Formats: sequence, C-alpha cells, structure tokens
Amino acid sequence: MNMIVATRLTKRYDAYEAVRDLNLEIASGDMAAISGHSGAGKTTLLKLLGAVERPTSGGLIVNGQNLLALGRRALPYLRRSLGLVFQDQKLLFDRSALDNVRLPLDIIGLPPREASRRARAALDKVGLLEREKARPIALSGGEQQRLAIARAVVNRPTLLLADEPTANLDADAARQVLELFAAFNQVGVTVVIATHAPQTIPHPTRLIVLDHGRIAP
Amino acid sequence: MKSWLRQHSAAFLRALKRLRQAPLNTLLSLVVIGIAMTLPAAGYVFLENAKTLGESAAGTQQISLFLDMDARAATVKTVERELEILVPGQWRFVPRAAALEHLQADADLADIVAGLPENPLPDAFILEPAHIAPDELEALRARLARLPGVAHAQLDSAWVERFAAFLALGRLMVSLLATVFAVGLIAVTFNTIRLQVLAQQAEIEVARLIGATTAFVRRPFYYVGLLQGGLGGLAAGVLLTLGLDALQTPIARLAALYGSHFSLAGLSPLQFALLPAIGAALGWIGAQLSVSLALRSHLA
Ligand SMILES: Nc1ncnc2c1ncn2[C@@H]1O[C@H](COP(=O)(O)OP(=O)(O)O)[C@@H](O)[C@H]1O
Ligand SMILES: [Mg+2]
Repeated sequence: MNMIVATRLTKRYDAYEAVRDLNLEIASGDMAAISGHSGAGKTTLLKLLGAVERPTSGGLIVNGQNLLALGRRALPYLRRSLGLVFQDQKLLFDRSALDNVRLPLDIIGLPPREASRRARAALDKVGLLEREKARPIALSGGEQQRLAIARAVVNRPTLLLADEPTANLDADAARQVLELFAAFNQVGVTVVIATHAPQTIPHPTRLIVLDHGRIAP
Repeated sequence: MKSWLRQHSAAFLRALKRLRQAPLNTLLSLVVIGIAMTLPAAGYVFLENAKTLGESAAGTQQISLFLDMDARAATVKTVERELEILVPGQWRFVPRAAALEHLQADADLADIVAGLPENPLPDAFILEPAHIAPDELEALRARLARLPGVAHAQLDSAWVERFAAFLALGRLMVSLLATVFAVGLIAVTFNTIRLQVLAQQAEIEVARLIGATTAFVRRPFYYVGLLQGGLGGLAAGVLLTLGLDALQTPIARLAALYGSHFSLAGLSPLQFALLPAIGAALGWIGAQLSVSLALRSHLA
C-alpha cells in the first residue's frame, strides 16, 4: 500500500514554482531519503506532505486522505496522524522538555496523567528521560533534535517527516538521531527524511533526488 | 461529553496559568475593570435608594379629584367603582355640601361664603394612594383625570413630578455611564488578549502545525477574558459593598437629624452575583473580538 501518492504536484510561491509537476509514490514502511542541493524544493515538498502548505495544483494523497479535497476543519485531524520534525525544530523554549513532548497529547485531549505517562515513554525512547525537567535551551543540539523527534512520535504517527534533522549536528549526534529514525522505521513507521547527505541514512528503501522542484532523472 | 468537559477544564486551567504568569498585568486589569464596574453600579444603588426615599415620602401624598359641577349621584357611584379598581390605598368622598360647611367653619371665610348665591364647590374625592412610586403617582393622576364625570385631578405637590423627572434623568445617566464603561471593559480585555496572543505566537504556530483545532487555540483566550471580567466584577461587588458600609453610619446620623430612620440599602445577593456575571460576559465578548482579529493570520 502507498503512504504517499503525488501526481503532477505543484507549489507556486508568487511566480516561482518551488515544486513543479512532481509524480511520486512512497510505500508504507519505506525509509525514503529526499536529497538535492539547497533551494531544490525539499522543505517545500515536506511541507506539502505534512499538510503544512496547500498544493497549488496536482493531486496528493497522504495516509489515504486526499489533501486537496480535505476541508479546513479536517486538516488538524490529518496532521495528528503525522509526525513532523521541522528544519528549525520549533521547540517551545519557555517549557520543560516534558511539556514540549506533551503538547500533541494535550491537543488531542488526553487526560493529563495519561499524557504525562506517554510523554515520558517517548522521552525514554529518545534517551532524554533524565532531562524531562530541562528547558530546551539547556540541551545540546543533538538533544534538542531528539526532543523534537520525541514530540513528533508521541502521537504514534504512521508517517514521520523530518527536514534536515542532522544539519547542525556533529557526526556522533547525527548518527544517534538517524539510528532513532531507523528504529521507528523498523516498527513499521514510514519515514521521509530530507537531507544533504543521503549516504548517511541507514538502509534507505527509496532515494529521491530533487532538482529545481522536479525529481532528477 | 466527558472529553468536552476535559477540554474545557484544560483550557480553563491554561487560562488561569496565563493570568498567573503575568501577575502585575492581571492585577492592573482587575483594578481597572473593578473601578469601571463600581461606578455605574454605585450610581444604580444610589438611584434605588433615592427611589425608596421618594416612595416613603410619597406615601403621604394626596390626589384631589374634583367632579363636574352637575355630577349626579349616579356619576359619583361610577367614579367610586373605578376608584375601587384603580387606587391602592385609602380614599374618601367629600360631598359639595360638606365642603361648603368646611369653608363656613373657617371664621375668615364665613362672610364671603355667606354672600354667595349658590354653592360653588363640586363634589370631590380625596385619595391617599399607598406604596406607590412618584412617577407612578403622576401616571395615576393622569389616568383618573380622564374618568368620565371628573373635571380635574390634582396632585397636591409638584415636587413629586420633579422627583420623578430627576429619577428618569438619573437612570439615563447611569445607563450612559454603564455603556461607556462596558465599552471600556471590552477594550481592556481586548488589549490583554492581544498582548497574550503576541506573547504566545510560537506556541500557537507549533500547536497549529501539529494538529490543534481552531477551538483548541482560541479557548484559553476566551477563558482569560471570562476570568478577568468575572474577577473584575467580583472586585466591583466587594468595593461597592465596602463603600456602602462606610457610608452607612454617616447617613444614618444625617437621617436622624431629620427624625428619620433611613438606612442605605446595599446590593442584594442577586445584584452582587450579577456583577461578576456581567463582567464575565463583557470579558468574553472582548476576548472574542481580540482573538478573531489577532488570530486571523494563524487560521490558514
Ligand atoms: N514561503 C516562500 N515564499 C517564497 N519562496 C519560497 C518560500 N519557501 C520556499 N521558497 C523558495 O522555493 C525554493 C525551494 O525552497 P525549499 O523548499 O526551502 O528548498 P530546500 O529545502 O531544498 O533548500 C527556493 O528557491 C525558495 O526561495
Ligand atoms: Mg530546506
């Protein structure tokens, strides 16, 4: 089964087509790497897949949902089935690590006790349980990235999208982060990672190279 | 139902937290809202007391009802029946002959009366309506003046009418004051919420990106408005009660000078409860307006 089906997918910013006429299929359980030079459209494509941005035209089905037909009110519910790791992480710096991870669970209205329990489990998975009370500012770059991953997976998403998750990390931290993605992929989560360095991704099942918004031949 | 309750209590708790996070701002807003609500409420209480005072004074008021000169016994009977229906309190009939005798009894007038060819006085009723407000007294007079067979209905003093006019003016001023301060309260809430939305930009953006509904984002702000208005109203109720308490003794002393036992009536429990309720409603409106404007860009 396909997790993602894009047909003639196009995203235009003013006059500039950041993603153009893109056809793409990613199967459930894939570990896909999206590479390409800076400005090739990796972030834009991930934003489209994560329902952060609306396509300008074309078709896009994610996790069985037709994103172009989806109404505004249905959008939040689709987003809850996805795990997003943003290029700039978007951690909340005035909250503890635990509260950052709890946010998606608070949003779906889980009882506080259950939310805390599951948030701790997610922190444990990324090796940050001892730092649950720490503010993100007190964490290292690698720890911040793992915190962002914990927040992305706490909802047990079927699709995990990560935008250059190792860009600012040293080799050791990068390896730790990528091992985490591999571990989630092993238990059946479809993982899509945008990266400058596709060769570092462990066991990719798909390699997609973007060039000026298109898939490079 | 259970999850609805949970979502709202969670939003309520987050609102409480946000108010606690900026204690000085919260306190200042509460002071402003409290004062804004105290002033019109005090005006209202003052008017209510003035009205009671007027009613107790008006209890001794009289209306004189003069019948047509040619009124016959039948007319008197009809008027009497109407009075039984219309007039709360006592009244008595003064036949024209009795009125003339009354005049003759006055030594100074006796000569003049004796010189008259016939009795110039009409039959009359003297009414003493009880438990009636000054403005209602005037309405009753007008009503009685229109009865068939009645030539003239006279309220015995003009101050009652002036007092009624004064009360009407007072009510108008209190209403205007209340409107102005209601707008002020909405504006204060609007600003509080606007600043909070600005301060929470990052959180709102992240929440939207990971699946928060519009309602989830908005709800805590509504509760902030509701709580702030409600607490401000409560502060107004307490301020007003304390203020009235402080006035009680001096007013009783003043009344005693005039041989009266007037005491200032405070807020009834219902009126007291109304203050936080109105404050909460206005705060909620302010929050609605503010959130609609401030979050417009986040709803994409
Ligand atoms: N919000 C935006 N408004 C205008 N242009 C944008 C916007 N986002 C991206 N772009 C443009 O789209 C192109 C692709 O950007 P992006 O998807 O971020 O590339 P990558 O992530 O591969 O570096 C770039 O030329 C960029 O300038
Ligand atoms: Mg990018």
